[in-house]
Amino acid sequence: MSTVLEMKNITKKFPGVLANDNVCFSADSGEVHALLGENGAGKTTLMNILYGLYQPTSGEIYLKGRKVEITSPKVAIENGIGMVHQHFMLIPALSVVENVILGMRQRRGAFLAIDEAAAKVKDLSARYGLAVDPHRKVGDLSVGERQRVEIVKALYRGADLLILDEPTAVLTPQETDELFGVIRHLTAQGHTVIFISHKLNEVKAISDRVTVLRQGRAVTTVKTSRVSKEELARFMVGKEVLFDIEREPLEPGAPVLRLDQIEADNDLGLRALKNVSLEIRQREVLGIAGVDGNGQRELVEVICGLRKASRGTVWLGDIDVTNASPRRITELGTAHIPEDRQARGLVLTMTLKENLVLHDYYRPPFSRGHFLNWKEIRDHSRRLIREFDVRTPHEDLLAKNLSGGNQQKLILARELSSQPQLLVAMHPTRGLDVGAIEYVHRKIMEQRARGAAVLLVSTDLDEILSLSDRIAVIYEGEIMGILANHQVDIGEIGLMMAGVKKTAVA
Amino acid sequence: MGNEGLLNFIVSFLATDLRCATPILIAALGLVFIERSGVVNIGVEGTMLIGSLLGVVGSYMFGSVWWGVLTAVAATALIGALFAYFTVTLGADQVVTGTAINILGMGVTTTLNRLIFGLDKSIPPIDTFKVISIPVLSKIPVLGSVLFQQMLPVYVAFLLVPVAHVVLFRTPFGLTVRSVGEHPKAADTVGINVWKIRYATVIGGSCLAGLAGCYLSLGVLSFFIENMVAGRGFIALAAVIFGKYTPLGALLAALLFGAGEALQYRFQALGSGIPYQFMLMIPYVLTVAVLAGFVGKSTPPASSGVPYTKE
Ligand SMILES: Nc1ncnc2c1ncn2[C@@H]1O[C@H](COP(=O)(O)OP(=O)(O)OP(=O)(O)O)[C@@H](O)[C@H]1O
Ligand SMILES: [Mg+2]
Repeated sequence: MSTVLEMKNITKKFPGVLANDNVCFSADSGEVHALLGENGAGKTTLMNILYGLYQPTSGEIYLKGRKVEITSPKVAIENGIGMVHQHFMLIPALSVVENVILGMRQRRGAFLAIDEAAAKVKDLSARYGLAVDPHRKVGDLSVGERQRVEIVKALYRGADLLILDEPTAVLTPQETDELFGVIRHLTAQGHTVIFISHKLNEVKAISDRVTVLRQGRAVTTVKTSRVSKEELARFMVGKEVLFDIEREPLEPGAPVLRLDQIEADNDLGLRALKNVSLEIRQREVLGIAGVDGNGQRELVEVICGLRKASRGTVWLGDIDVTNASPRRITELGTAHIPEDRQARGLVLTMTLKENLVLHDYYRPPFSRGHFLNWKEIRDHSRRLIREFDVRTPHEDLLAKNLSGGNQQKLILARELSSQPQLLVAMHPTRGLDVGAIEYVHRKIMEQRARGAAVLLVSTDLDEILSLSDRIAVIYEGEIMGILANHQVDIGEIGLMMAGVKKTAVA
Repeated sequence: MGNEGLLNFIVSFLATDLRCATPILIAALGLVFIERSGVVNIGVEGTMLIGSLLGVVGSYMFGSVWWGVLTAVAATALIGALFAYFTVTLGADQVVTGTAINILGMGVTTTLNRLIFGLDKSIPPIDTFKVISIPVLSKIPVLGSVLFQQMLPVYVAFLLVPVAHVVLFRTPFGLTVRSVGEHPKAADTVGINVWKIRYATVIGGSCLAGLAGCYLSLGVLSFFIENMVAGRGFIALAAVIFGKYTPLGALLAALLFGAGEALQYRFQALGSGIPYQFMLMIPYVLTVAVLAGFVGKSTPPASSGVPYTKE
């Protein structure tokens, strides 16, 4: 195998952050090279440099032995580099072909050659097993389909080195398997794939070699077959990682949240929740398992006052909070870790300290009369940043400049600092590294031990199983059954997730 | 009014509508491209005004209406470049910069007008647009005289509609413009120079605003009056929104708003006893009413008004 890419001594400084510190990285033709590292380790930055989006502060890049200056994505594309970004770079308002040919000289006379392009897209789909309909609007596609469009887009431009930045973070297990199929197709035909992930199982399953980044430095590059998951985790975090969280047995207390025959519609006006009844008590975690899009979002929104229930009652303790305002529900002791930290959890263009007081800014001690008390806000923020180990140079950074894991920690800091009665957590560890996942899990368990009731929504069955006292399976807006964790049978949960009802309810 | 009277009324009303719609349409077509690339340019009003004056100045100094048009377009291209420099390169707030352009347009045209033509009322004769009758077509009964006896800018405006439509939706350039307005970062990652595209639409759109302006001073009238654009730039902005950011939509909207203005002339001519100030309000009230009834039904490009910066 020949070396197609060599990045030598790459250093990238952002104001206050050394994102890449003298990193060396290489890739051979036809291999899958995994790039592993904690949140904020500098993986995306390194790849953005390779793709010409950032300029390195120092360092050199060689492609097939030739030194190149990748000054823009255009240069990267011309050199056969393609990148599928962590946050997709597609335009929802345009069709698949339009997205694919965007920026290319794809024309017939003066006009866009849509039909030729569509035919070529179909060709590529067939060749690599990437099912996409070229004429659909990207905004109407599922996440898995969008990702395939991104890959087609790169291949269409003749990419033979493909960077996939956390491609599986948003995929269902089935979609991940399909993606792996595509990756194998690609490497079989001589393409090189750089695969970024936090998920050790996936790295083990798909990659030939792994490079581990830690705090901006490349710690090691090894053949995947020669290392265990545990060793990789240790490289990544710099210490032992516990894969299984201890869930000490606790006696549940009084009911905290009770839903009584709740019904609600989704954004399209279709019934999304059907007759949902459940109860969570103090010191108890209720996990909601199910395939994404079966009413989980609507359930959480109804509880948090973000969506109207058309029927039924929501009780917090003995207070009826059906369709109450989010502020009232928050003030009654509910904390919410929302599903999308960028769109809903944070105001990305505001500073960390502003984000940390979004719930309480209007109350003393953060405001006095009509004015904000900045000193108090700053002290409070510094305290939380320290306590929750948010990696940041200072509290005046904009939230968008934090890495994904640190953004999640910031939300946890805000939500948990108020000592909530009820914690509603939706996909709390999506896109996080093992260290951060362990941290979030421990925090959730701490809340449980403190006496809070926890509603945990996740599509990751392992997460549900390791944290929940009881597990409710949701399918098309209906609770198919609620099981106590000790009597769970995975096969049964799988069936319930596919719509088979359980008769006896725990 | 007999049958013939009614027919005459309708014909002359339509002819007036076309003439009134023309400046709005030309400016709106430019704005469609500017807005589609993600830039909000409320400075069109001032840009049009500069076009109006410079058209007259060019025609006066060089003795031909074509020199007038050229002068106006060149000047407004510069204004567009200035606007783009502030909003695209420096990332300044677009509404603030647009307002500054409007104030600048007002100030510069007033001053220059007084400097060049003086304060006295005598208006020097200048070369202006002539009515062009299209042979054969203009002889079609009734409609011929409405559609085919107009000045050049009217024909240009209406011919530009299908051209703009095709460019926006069928050419690589149009696709690029739309992508830059929707998701500039995505455009950047496929090698499109977001800034270049925005400069192109802003400068091109400003040239059209300049052309619209000189149609007012070299076509509708044959001299410059202070603040003669009188809100047509803003109406063009409204036409773009009402027309859902498409050239065809802008055409319909411009015809509608043009009809408002034509109606106002009619009413004034009819002499109904209502104070004329109320008549003058018609186009503006119509614009506000149409937009108010239309709120939320027209979606601007996703990155409208947001400067693009890397890192
Ligand atoms: N544009 C920027 N300005 C300032 N700091 C930045 C910028 N982009 C990234 N950083 C910082 O650089 C570091 C590395 O970030 P990067 O996004 O490369 O991490 P990552 O390994 O991809 O993490 P994740 O797994 O969370 O995606 C982080 O500390 C981040 O806060
Ligand atoms: Mg990343």
